[in-house]
Amino acid sequence: MGLQALTYLVVGLTFAIYIGIAIWARAGSTSEFYAAGGSVHPVLNGMATGADWMSAASFISMAGLIAAFGYGGCLFLMGWTGGYVLLAMLLAPYLRKFGKFTVPSFFSTRYYSKGAGTVGVVCLLIASLTYIIGQMTGVGVAFSRFLGVSNATGIFIGMGIVFMYAVFGGMKGITYTQVAQYCVLILAYTVPAIFISLNLTGNPLPQLGLGSDLVGTDVSLLSKLDQISMDLGFAEYTTNFRGSMLNTFVYTFSLMIGTAGLPHVIMRFFTVPTVKDARSSAGWALVFIAILYTTAPAVAAMAKMNLLTTVNPAIMQGGDITAADAQIVYEERPDWMKRWEVTGLLKFTDKNGDGRIQYYNDKSKDPKFAAAGWAGNELNVNRDIMVLANPEIALLPNWVIALVAAGGLAAALSTAAGLLLAISSAISHDLIKEKLMPDISEKGELMAGKISMACSILVAGYLGLNPPDFAAGTVAIAFGLAASSIFPALMMGIFSKTMNKQGAIAGMLAGIGVTMLYVFAHKGIFFIKGTEFLGVFGGKPSFFFGIEPNAFGAIGALVNFAVAFGVKNMTPAVPEDIAKMVEDVRIPKGSKAVDGAH
Amino acid sequence: MAEHTHDAEGYWKATIGLIRNVLIVWFVCSYGLGILLAPALNSIQLGGYPLGFWFAQQGSMYIFIALIFIYAKVIGNIDKKYDVHED
Repeated sequence: MGLQALTYLVVGLTFAIYIGIAIWARAGSTSEFYAAGGSVHPVLNGMATGADWMSAASFISMAGLIAAFGYGGCLFLMGWTGGYVLLAMLLAPYLRKFGKFTVPSFFSTRYYSKGAGTVGVVCLLIASLTYIIGQMTGVGVAFSRFLGVSNATGIFIGMGIVFMYAVFGGMKGITYTQVAQYCVLILAYTVPAIFISLNLTGNPLPQLGLGSDLVGTDVSLLSKLDQISMDLGFAEYTTNFRGSMLNTFVYTFSLMIGTAGLPHVIMRFFTVPTVKDARSSAGWALVFIAILYTTAPAVAAMAKMNLLTTVNPAIMQGGDITAADAQIVYEERPDWMKRWEVTGLLKFTDKNGDGRIQYYNDKSKDPKFAAAGWAGNELNVNRDIMVLANPEIALLPNWVIALVAAGGLAAALSTAAGLLLAISSAISHDLIKEKLMPDISEKGELMAGKISMACSILVAGYLGLNPPDFAAGTVAIAFGLAASSIFPALMMGIFSKTMNKQGAIAGMLAGIGVTMLYVFAHKGIFFIKGTEFLGVFGGKPSFFFGIEPNAFGAIGALVNFAVAFGVKNMTPAVPEDIAKMVEDVRIPKGSKAVDGAH
Repeated sequence: MAEHTHDAEGYWKATIGLIRNVLIVWFVCSYGLGILLAPALNSIQLGGYPLGFWFAQQGSMYIFIALIFIYAKVIGNIDKKYDVHED
C-alpha cells in the first residue's frame, strides 16, 4: 500500500474511534455538557487533561522550535510542565472546593461583583482566542501535509472539521474521546522517536539515547551535534540561551504561571469528585504529559542531526562541508522534501545557481562560506514541520509516517475542541446567562455556545493564515496573556483574605493591558499584519531588557500584583462574609464552599 | 455545622509551610540548576549529557512529577492530622 493510502487508512480509523466514543457518550443537559457531572477517575482525567493540554503546539511545533533554539528550548519544556506544580498546590484543590464551574464565575463570587466576572471573561476570551490562532497554524500544517494541499487550504479544511468536532462532543464526549486521543498521540510521538534513537545511538529509550554515544563511535550525540551545528555557522546546541539568560528565565516563568491560569486546563479540575482527587489529577496529568515532553528534546536533537546530514552528508564524516560536491543535488533530493514543497512550508531557492542545496546560518561571519561561493541559505524549512517530517527524514516505514500524521491531527483537534468549549461556556454561561439575559432557556444557552464556537473558529482561522509566530510561539503569547491576568487574580482570591474587588479588577486590567501593549507593538494590533507600532518605543525589538514579547506575561503578572495591592489599600475593605468564604475554601472538609447550583 | 471546631489557623500554617518547601525545591531544580547555574554545571557530564542541559531538558520534569505526588501525600496527612479531610 502506498504512503498516501496508508495515511488515509490510519487517520480514518482513529477518527472513527473518536467519533464513535463521542456519539456513545453524547451530552444531554448543560451541566453535563460542561463538566461531565463531576464523575471522572483521576487517572483518566489525567490522560484527558494530557490530550487537552498537548496541542498542536506541543506535538507539532515544540520539538521544531527546540531544534532551532538548542538548549534554550528548555523554556518550553520546563515552562509547560512546571506550571502543573503550581496548579496542583495553589489552585486546583481550592477551586474544586469552591464549587464553581468556570473561572469567571469564581471571580464574580469571590470578588462579589459582576464586573470582576466580566473582566475575567474578557481576559479569558483574549487568551483563548490567541491560543486557537496557534492551534489553527498547527492544524494547517497537519492538514496540508495529510491531504497534500497548500497550507491555506489545509487551514480552511481544518476549520470545518474542528467546528464539527467541538459542537457534537461536549465535555463528557470530549473526556472519553480525549483518553483515546491521548493514546494515539503518545504512540505517534514515541514510536518514531524510539526508531530514530535506535538508529542513531542503539538505545531504544529516546530519553537515554539523547545522552548516549553515536552508534559505532565513542562520540556522544550531543557533542557531535554541537560540532556540526557550529560547522554550519549555527550556535552551539547545548549551551545556546534563547536571547539571554534573563529572557530564558522570564519566558519560562511566563509559561509556568500561564499554565496555572489557562481556563480550559483549570476547568478540568472541576470534573473530579473530591479535593483529594483534584490534587492527584494534576500529578497524573503531568505524568502523561511528561512522557511526551521528555521525548521532545530527543526528537528535536535527532531530527536536527538527520536534517543536517541529509542535506550535507559530508558533515558526519568530518569531511570538507563546503567542498563543491559535499551538498546534495536539488534534483536528487529525497521524496519527503518534494511532499513538503507542495504545502509551501519547505522552500528551495538556488541562490548561487549551482543546483545544490546549501543549508547553513548565513548570518555567520565565518569566511569559509563566502570563499566556497555560498550566496545565502537556500533551504527554508518551516520549524512547525520538523516533527511531522521527522520520520520521513529518517526514512522510517510508511506506517510510522501515517501514525504521526494521525497523532498530529489528534493533538490539534483535541485542544482546539477543549478551548472552544471554554470559549463557548464563557460567552453563553458567564456572559449571556449570568449578565445579559438571565432568563435564557437551556436550549438558547446551548445555541449561543455553538454560535460563539463558530465565530471563534472563523476569527482564529483568518488570523491563522498569517500567524504572529510559529504555532508554539503564538501559544506562548496566549500563555503570557493568561499569566498576566487570570493567574494573579486566582492566587489573590485564594491566598489573600483582604483582596477586594477594586484591587482585583484594576490588577487584571493593568496586567493584561501592559502585556497586550508590548505584544501588539511587536506583532500588530490583534495580530493584524502591518499594525505594529514598535516605532513608538524607539523601534528596537524586545526593548524591555531584551525580553521578547512572547515572554512578557511574567512582567504583566508582576504589574498585576503590584497594582492590585496598591489599589486595595486605597479602597474599602473586603466584606466580612467574603473573608469567611475564603477561609472555608482553604479547608477540604465540608460541602462546597459556595452552592454550585448551575 | 461542626466544621469550625478544628484548628483552621494551624491547618493553614501547616499548608503554607508545605507549599513553601515544595516551591523551594521547584525553584532550585528548574530556575536554579536548569537556568542560572546551567553554564557552570555544563562542565560536568551525566552520561553524554552536560549536567546543566540535562536539568533543563530532562531532570526538572522528573522532579516536578515527584513534587506533585509528594505534596499530595503530605497534604493528605496534614488534612487527617487537623481532621479536615473529606468524609
